[in-house]
Formats: sequence, C-alpha cells, structure tokens
Amino acid sequence: MTSQLVFGVVAVVVAFVLFRLLRAGRIREKYAALWILIGVGIIALAAWPGLMVELSHLFGVAVPSNLLFFAAILLLLGVALHLSLEASKLEDEVRTLAEHVAIIRADLDAARGAGPAASDDETDPEPRG
Amino acid sequence: MTSTLRRLVIMPAWNEEAVVGATVTELLRTVADADLLVVDDGSTDATASVARDAGARVLVLPFNLGVGGALRAGFVYAWEHGYDQAIQVDADGQHDPAEVEAVFAGLERADISIGARFAGAGDYQVRGPRAWAMKLLSAVFTRAAGVRLTDVTSGFRAANRRAILQYTRHYPAEYLGDTVDSLLTAIRAGLTVVQVPVAMRPRQGGEPSHAPWKAAVYLLRSAFALLIAMTRERTPARELPRTGAAA
Repeated sequence: MTSQLVFGVVAVVVAFVLFRLLRAGRIREKYAALWILIGVGIIALAAWPGLMVELSHLFGVAVPSNLLFFAAILLLLGVALHLSLEASKLEDEVRTLAEHVAIIRADLDAARGAGPAASDDETDPEPRG
Repeated sequence: MTSTLRRLVIMPAWNEEAVVGATVTELLRTVADADLLVVDDGSTDATASVARDAGARVLVLPFNLGVGGALRAGFVYAWEHGYDQAIQVDADGQHDPAEVEAVFAGLERADISIGARFAGAGDYQVRGPRAWAMKLLSAVFTRAAGVRLTDVTSGFRAANRRAILQYTRHYPAEYLGDTVDSLLTAIRAGLTVVQVPVAMRPRQGGEPSHAPWKAAVYLLRSAFALLIAMTRERTPARELPRTGAAA
C-alpha cells in the first residue's frame, strides 16, 4: 500500500532528525522526550496499520482516524503548553538576572567612587588608566 | 526615631530624559532624609546620565522589564542594602515630593502606605469605564484589607522592611501586576495597608489617555488581574520577619 510506505518514510525521517538533534546536543532531553514518544508512535502506526483500528474499537471510537486526530491534538497541546511553561520560566530567570546585573553594576560603580558617566569631577580618587 | 531610619526613594524611569532631571532635583531638595534610586528601565535615551548628573543613584537595567520589573529591581536593591523603608515615586513629576513624608508617615500604622488621589485632597476626576474599574478594585481591596482603600492603582506607595521583602518575592512585571497583583498578594500574605490622602499633579511629560475603549480595556484587564491574584496560593506570612525586626 502506497500510503503505508509514505507514512513509514515520514516516521523514519522524523525519528532520524530527532535522534540527530539530540545527539548533537541542540535539543535538550526534557524537550526531546515527548517528541521521541511521538516519533515512536508514528513508526508503530506505520508498521502496523491494524493497530489504529483495534485501538479505536477499544476506546469505542467509530472512525479510527478520529482517534488518531484526537491523540495528535492532545500531544501537540501538551508540547505547546510545555514550551509556554519553559518560556515563562526563562523570562522569570532572565528578569532576575537583569535585576542582579543592574544592582551589581551600581554597587561596583559606587565602590569605584563614581559612576563612569558622573566621573567628570576631578576629586575622583580612582586613577584612570 | 524617624531620623534613624534608612529610607530609599525608588523612581522607575523609561525614556524620561525630558523630565527625570527636574523630578530628581526637586526630590533631592525636598526630601532630605532619604536616598534616591532611579531605576532606568532599559531606556534608549539619556535617562540614566541625566538622572546621575542630577545627583541620583542609578540602577541601569540591561533591557526594558516594564514598571513591575523596574520596581522589583528597586526593592531587591533596598532589601540587600538594608533599607528600613522604601517609597516608589513616578519619574514624570506626577507625585509631589512634598507628600513623600506624609506617605512615609503612614508606615507607622501599617506595612504598606498608599498615597491615594481620592481620599479628599486634590482634584483628580475620572468617569466612565475607568471609574467603574476603580470602584471594582476599591471594593475588592477594601474587603481584602479590612480598611477603606479607594485608589489601589496609585503608584505612590511606601513599604516597610517586611513589605520590601514581600515585594522582592512577588512583584509581577505584567500590566497592572505592579499595582493590583503585588498589593493583593501582599495583603493575602498578611501585610497591613493604610491609605494617605495626597494631591497629584498633572504629568509633566506625555498625556494621560481618556479614550473610552482604552478605559474599557483597562476595566477588563483589572478584573482579569484581580481574578488571577485572588485565586493564587497564599504566601505563608510566618516566613516574613516581624515589623522592625531588622532595624
């Protein structure tokens, strides 16, 4: 069946790309886990088309493709939510870092005696080099 | 007693080079017993150097964090440098430096003191959806705090050391998070609030918006910010030190 061949090729390509990214260290494991799960799922479904039909009987879904869409949407929702959470966490961390950099910078300037922009008075004790 | 307290004025400023110099100069002349910290919120103009030349200490954030971010940076600075009290003041000259002492004085009765526009001083008027938003906020906060609060979005607020610590933990950078959310979370953590009547001046730079649809959006966002803040888990108040314990 041609469609099975197409799905098989897609599944293998997805799994291969994920593996390459993971090995090159360009994607962290915590993000890759969900994608690997998806890749394995695609391969399993491509290799064994009857699986979807049996699963849909098991869940009481009349049309097997509907179960597939449902599962796919659920997984993608999970991935999107996970990325939003990570982005929020990163923003928080960046914000905290920015605050501390600013404070450290101000303290450093104070310790040096004067800020760079305010150092036009001649009583500045720090020798300039 | 008052003279032994270390006080900090926190002034967030974002591209305010036109007005920040005058505001800093006036503040330093009027408020003698407090240090002044201008938080330059990633300005692309000369805000930082103008403020520095006018005599303020300046915290330069590497990029724009929003008012809430700038204020939290200021409160972290205040906490780490052992200040007993901190007050936030707008850079645009809207808050009269002559009232700073009055807002600080409110801290004798509570952890947070709000300089409020509608408490009988000045002639600040609003109408329409913006007024409804303020009524809603006022009602919710009065209930939560147990004292009458009429102007919770006022950015003219003073904090004692306990409140400063609370702010360093929770001061969202989101829109209205800097006023509504931070205050409600502080109240729910067990901090007390008073309001002090102050007169506000018109802004020196920029124009306040009076467009009705903007006011309607403001109402919706206030309600949303309230909803989020009200349903958030409470911070255990026992983790916060007692008032004056650090002095």
